[in-house]
Amino acid sequence: MSTNTEFPGPVKWVDDRLGIAKIGKKNLRKIFPDHWSFMLGEIALYSFIILILTGTFLTFWFKPSMAEVEYQGSYSLLKGLHMSEAYASTLDITFDVRGGLLMRQIHHWAAVLFIAAMMVHLLRMFFTGAFRKPRELNWLIGFGMLFLGIIEGFLGYGLPDDLLSGTGLRITNGMIQASPVVGTYMNFFIFGGEFPGDDFVARFFIVHVLLIPGIILALVTAHLFLVVYHKHTQYAGPGRTQKNVVGYPLFPVYTAKAGGFFFVVFGITALMGALMQINPVWLYGPYNPAEVTAGAQPDWYMGWLEGSVRIFPGFESHFWGITLSWNLIIPALIVPPAFVTLVALYPFIEGWITGDKREHHLLDRPRDVPTRTGIGVAFITFYAMLWIGGGNDLIATHFNLSLNHVTWFLRFAVILGPILGFWIARRWAISLQRADHDRLLHGLETGVIMRSPEGKYTEKHQPISTYEAYSITARDRLVPHEIGPDTDENGVRAPRRALNKARAALSRFYYADAVQKPTTQELEEAHEHAHDADEIHELTEDTETYREVTSDRS
Amino acid sequence: MSNDNLPVKPEDAHGTVEVAEPIADPGVEPHEPRITDIDPKAADRVERQVSGMFGLATLLVLGSCVAYFAVPRDSILEFGPLSGNANNMIIGLCIGLALFLIGAGAIQWAKKLMVDEEISEERHAAHSSPQQIAEITEAFKEGTEESGFGRRKMIRNSLIGALGVLGLPAVVLLRDLGPLPGRALYNTIWAKGIRVVNDVTDRPIKPSDLVVGQLVNAAPANLAPLQEENASEYQNAKAKAAVIVVRIKPSEIRTKPGRENWGIDGILCYSKICTHVGCPISLYEQTTHHVLCPCHQSTFDLADSAKVVFGPAARPLPQLPLAVDSEGYLVAQSGFHEPVGPSFFERG
Repeated sequence: MSTNTEFPGPVKWVDDRLGIAKIGKKNLRKIFPDHWSFMLGEIALYSFIILILTGTFLTFWFKPSMAEVEYQGSYSLLKGLHMSEAYASTLDITFDVRGGLLMRQIHHWAAVLFIAAMMVHLLRMFFTGAFRKPRELNWLIGFGMLFLGIIEGFLGYGLPDDLLSGTGLRITNGMIQASPVVGTYMNFFIFGGEFPGDDFVARFFIVHVLLIPGIILALVTAHLFLVVYHKHTQYAGPGRTQKNVVGYPLFPVYTAKAGGFFFVVFGITALMGALMQINPVWLYGPYNPAEVTAGAQPDWYMGWLEGSVRIFPGFESHFWGITLSWNLIIPALIVPPAFVTLVALYPFIEGWITGDKREHHLLDRPRDVPTRTGIGVAFITFYAMLWIGGGNDLIATHFNLSLNHVTWFLRFAVILGPILGFWIARRWAISLQRADHDRLLHGLETGVIMRSPEGKYTEKHQPISTYEAYSITARDRLVPHEIGPDTDENGVRAPRRALNKARAALSRFYYADAVQKPTTQELEEAHEHAHDADEIHELTEDTETYREVTSDRS
Repeated sequence: MSNDNLPVKPEDAHGTVEVAEPIADPGVEPHEPRITDIDPKAADRVERQVSGMFGLATLLVLGSCVAYFAVPRDSILEFGPLSGNANNMIIGLCIGLALFLIGAGAIQWAKKLMVDEEISEERHAAHSSPQQIAEITEAFKEGTEESGFGRRKMIRNSLIGALGVLGLPAVVLLRDLGPLPGRALYNTIWAKGIRVVNDVTDRPIKPSDLVVGQLVNAAPANLAPLQEENASEYQNAKAKAAVIVVRIKPSEIRTKPGRENWGIDGILCYSKICTHVGCPISLYEQTTHHVLCPCHQSTFDLADSAKVVFGPAARPLPQLPLAVDSEGYLVAQSGFHEPVGPSFFERG
């Protein structure tokens, strides 16, 4: 087959203007590694595309106006009621536009999925250390998208102007109002005066459909560009090094796999929209500032903020003619931003503690960095306790508990839980490391007990394959950061000694107790020991039979 | 012990990570052929599967269009206790399954038929090469020189100044987003002599209408007329003026000094707006006189000046002093003596 040096007609037309061969030749066969955990970010990307498609459909009928109208649509239970145009047009989309309810439900399910996928993707990044150099900026971009996605979701939730969303906005309004000095002014500027006013739907609408999606789209582009530039990380394994990436080419394998996965995600959200009801605003009725429903819940991703506010005790200070509402300032205005900032800056904090300035393209298994894994579990536990707090009333009513007991439990659990979670996860990771270590040095237990002529019992151990042994050992040695002597050879004290000492202590804490991989010498000794005990020796003779047995089973 | 990995010094650049110890890298595992690589029949079977999925998807997409016109939009589908809008469900099922099948087919095609030998690609450090750095530095210097940006400090500084103040109008122009708060949060439409009316029927309430243990959601009589005049003013007024009227056995009430004549025979009136973040409080428990806010579960004791007994709220619900007018209906003695609703900085 001869190679063409010229494009066919239409492609040539494009190439003459864009030079597509120059761009394409690098990327068409770009290699991506294969692992299920790399799909999480894809789910987030695809649900964002689904959100844009379904959201555009909804804007054709939604009227972002708070002007009062009398409902005359086909939902008879609300006929004749006074409500905002926003709520009335949401009812029209639901009951009078064919496919409207479907699109609304797909939109809402995709929104819930979008944020869930981003969060799980973030956890994957965290626990595998994918945020390390050179990917810290992409971690921050991802964080920016998560933050904007949550605000975007909340604004969208507020648009239909139903009783539930209005209650959510009233709560937000109350939280903003608690900000020292500027709170009242911020509220009057955001809502165009007192709550609820008649401005916020139109204002939230444009932010929801243009401003934030535009920024997210720009960030998505930057995020993907960096993924391509840095090339994807991969898990350690035979043939997989810091200097290469092993996997399948973008064209055709990932075009089919990732492209196909888009349709799978879209298909599943469409099925959810068809079969599972979400946010039935027609049951809540129009917003009325004097009414509320019991058991009111925000969308899941707002739950932790809600819980933070619910479980905080009612403290307030009054002095010099001012009021400081600690019951909102701390749980709503300080704790959540501080927590988010801490997690966002984690790559830099870890980098400083470990002193690690290298590029990393091989991912860590969570067990191989026990302290990071413990910290991650502590973060999750903290978040989870607040999140549970957001449903303290439902927990109390569903499990027949006292609401006060649930709240008091959470007030302690939110502090003690993360400590316990950290400790358990860290020990757990270390135990898993030890199990790996044993597997490496002694092989895997076959369950076959041997009796020697002298009457001694031993268990047969099967050596693991070189590929597996390499995968287990293909990781860094974790050596704490060294700060050198107090004074140099001329007796001059090293600068910033106290800070460096603290850093070294943190670094020791970070790596203490982690199991190091064996050295070549240790590995050889272990194998020799096995030979002495006739463990491995006999097994190597038996390997053939063992293989046969296993292959029969499979 | 070999110490070639860590601790790491800043000068350790890209590519020094050596993980091949204690076991040397055996290289990528040999490729195992799939059944579809060996058996042409199996490969043909997969081809039929994939094209079957794509074909079914085509039918489903067409089906969704038929359903759009054929299924009336108000018909209902029922499965035992579950029910749903038929138009919505059939269109959604057709489109959803079709999309899913397109995706599943493509993935099956990739996994079973496309070449699955792993390929290794080189990585390159993210940073620029020394030569590139030298070139860009040179180019930048040249540009700076040619512009005179570094030499002509007056131009530079005046430009920075001009660009700096450009942020000001961006903020100032937003001033008309809303009015200044003024005294808006301090007042409600309650005033001396305003009747207390049931918030559903708009009927005024007589003390004899209430039995001990009863709680009524109420509003000022001057609220309803606002709705016709200005719907937005009406909502804002309602958000602050909503009250609850409760009748408690007088012997169980602990009256705060100064509030002795605020109730009528055990009938007390409190703001319905929670002092935490402003949800309307709505769950009343007769036996304890506790009222609970369903948003964050702040609990107030109505028999004890609505003081907080549990939850995140910090202040009691403001109380509205009641009286009876000449016709025997409940009226306000005056407006609230303090701002209602959530706290704010200037509140004092």
